[in-house]
Amino acid sequence: MKKNKKGVSTTTNGRKNISKKRDIWNRFKRNRNALIGMAITIIFVFIAVFAPLLVDYDEEVIKVDVPNRLQLPGGEHPLGTDEAGRDILARLIYASRMSLAIGVMAVTCSIAAGIVLGSIAGYYGGKIETVIMRICDIFDGVPSFLLALTITAAFGASVFTLMLAIAIGGFAGQSRIIRGAVLTVKGQEYVEAAKALGAKNWQIIFHHIIPNCIAVIIVQFSVKIAEGILTASALSFLGLGVLPPDPEWGAMLAGGRAYLLDNPYLTLFPGLCIMIVILAFNMLGDGLRDSLDPRLKR
Amino acid sequence: MLKYIVKRLLLLIPVIIGTSALVFFIMALAPGDPATAILGADAEPEAIEYLREELGLNDPEIVQYGRYMWDLIHGDLGESYLTGKSVLEEYFLRFPATFKLTLWSMVIALLISIPIGIISAVKQYSLIDNVGMVAALAGLSIPNFWLGLMLIMVFSLNLGLLPSGGATAPGAVILPAITIGTGMTATITRMTRSSMLETVRQDYIRTARAKGVSSRKVITKHALRNALIPIVTVVCMNFGYCLAGAATSEVVFSWPGIGRLTIDAINSQDRPLAIGCLIMTAIMISICNAIMDILYSVIDPRIRLSGGGKK
Repeated sequence: MKKNKKGVSTTTNGRKNISKKRDIWNRFKRNRNALIGMAITIIFVFIAVFAPLLVDYDEEVIKVDVPNRLQLPGGEHPLGTDEAGRDILARLIYASRMSLAIGVMAVTCSIAAGIVLGSIAGYYGGKIETVIMRICDIFDGVPSFLLALTITAAFGASVFTLMLAIAIGGFAGQSRIIRGAVLTVKGQEYVEAAKALGAKNWQIIFHHIIPNCIAVIIVQFSVKIAEGILTASALSFLGLGVLPPDPEWGAMLAGGRAYLLDNPYLTLFPGLCIMIVILAFNMLGDGLRDSLDPRLKR
Repeated sequence: MLKYIVKRLLLLIPVIIGTSALVFFIMALAPGDPATAILGADAEPEAIEYLREELGLNDPEIVQYGRYMWDLIHGDLGESYLTGKSVLEEYFLRFPATFKLTLWSMVIALLISIPIGIISAVKQYSLIDNVGMVAALAGLSIPNFWLGLMLIMVFSLNLGLLPSGGATAPGAVILPAITIGTGMTATITRMTRSSMLETVRQDYIRTARAKGVSSRKVITKHALRNALIPIVTVVCMNFGYCLAGAATSEVVFSWPGIGRLTIDAINSQDRPLAIGCLIMTAIMISICNAIMDILYSVIDPRIRLSGGGKK
């Protein structure tokens, strides 16, 4: 009987999931902003992944070419050259690789930590919850940007420190949000049913709680990647992230600061790139939120 | 009310302990040496050793932290390694500049965001709503250090209308305030719109309209008042974070505020100043949260302070 019951529930669940997915997609594709956001995101991901095929890292991205420095956009260098004579377009292309990688890695780490801590805190409650939430309070007390700044300044600027710093700066907020989502799911009948069937706590968390919080997690992911890219570029702008000659949008902006009057394109283009990518992720995030959870639709 | 304030003050204690421990141990675990940072890499090893002894850096970290907390209980946040001045003195020397910038940014943000948010909600899917929302999304996505540089390029370097940095020249606050205000405007506009949209669909709004209350009165008196709580939340949170010093904008505009002080302190491994600044930041954010709670109970008398509940 148990088997029979379980079998039935899986099939209904399975069927329900398919139509739910289609329903979400239908809502998503009606949202023009979300589609534009997704298209831009996909373009940037492609550029980032295939950067080595598009430009030559050693020749175009980091090789100093003093006679060709500060050339205006046009001709051989469509977006001009920087203060060391490097092609700006080539550097922007490689920088997208850096920025997206940092954003995605950092946010994956912080959300993974958030899922573990948030679901444990939300599911078990009691003392465990108090301890986890108080730890999050400590990390939340300092604004995440300043916390990330403290960590990168203390441990030295590098790509790894930057990722770690952004992840540490963000995990407390993630845990809090995911805990909130877990609390709403925890009281549902199917969780009680799973308990009654004798499922272990970890099984309930992994098979029932987390899959039902997935909407919140997906939305968080896309919005937080935007925030992660912004933090990474801000820290690099302050000289605490990716170091020259490696290309990164924030670092390129900082390099162009001294040439603001005569060569404004040195700061213009990297800034535009940051803005477009963040805009795309925000549009995608808004669209995902509206289609995954229509109750929140504004 | 008094009971509430006392309760909030007591809640500051764990915040201070947590923040100081977190920042202290991050900095203590770091490989760099503050004594070398102060004297320079080519200083005599004896001089560095002497300074380390004098600053108490040779003691175990836990002892150093205990000593720091002992001083903190006595209201002493220590002295800056670099300037020798007391941390609180340094902080409050810079605080007015940041406070001024925060106020100006907030005024700009409120003046633009609240009307646009309301109109967008009342006339949903109209031209103004669509343009407003795209602008808000763009405002949310602009990195403020880049926006600051672009404003400097246009208004200072090319047009020569406004100063590009510092806080003393007349009009110096305008560009940094616009820079910081842009992000805030975007957040508050979006929140005002979504909160108003939720309220205008409520039954009591329909009732008010049915009673023949003028459209203007329905919006300002019935809808806005009931939509205020989420708006106040984002306003207070933005205010708190801005008081922490909008670090990158302050750097771009050479604004002598808390953000730059904090960054400089962290960068130069000036531990007492960095920890002090971050503790003060956490306190400022807590104060803003407390003000937010008080405002909730003013807006909606059903929310009682002593209950501690927010919504």
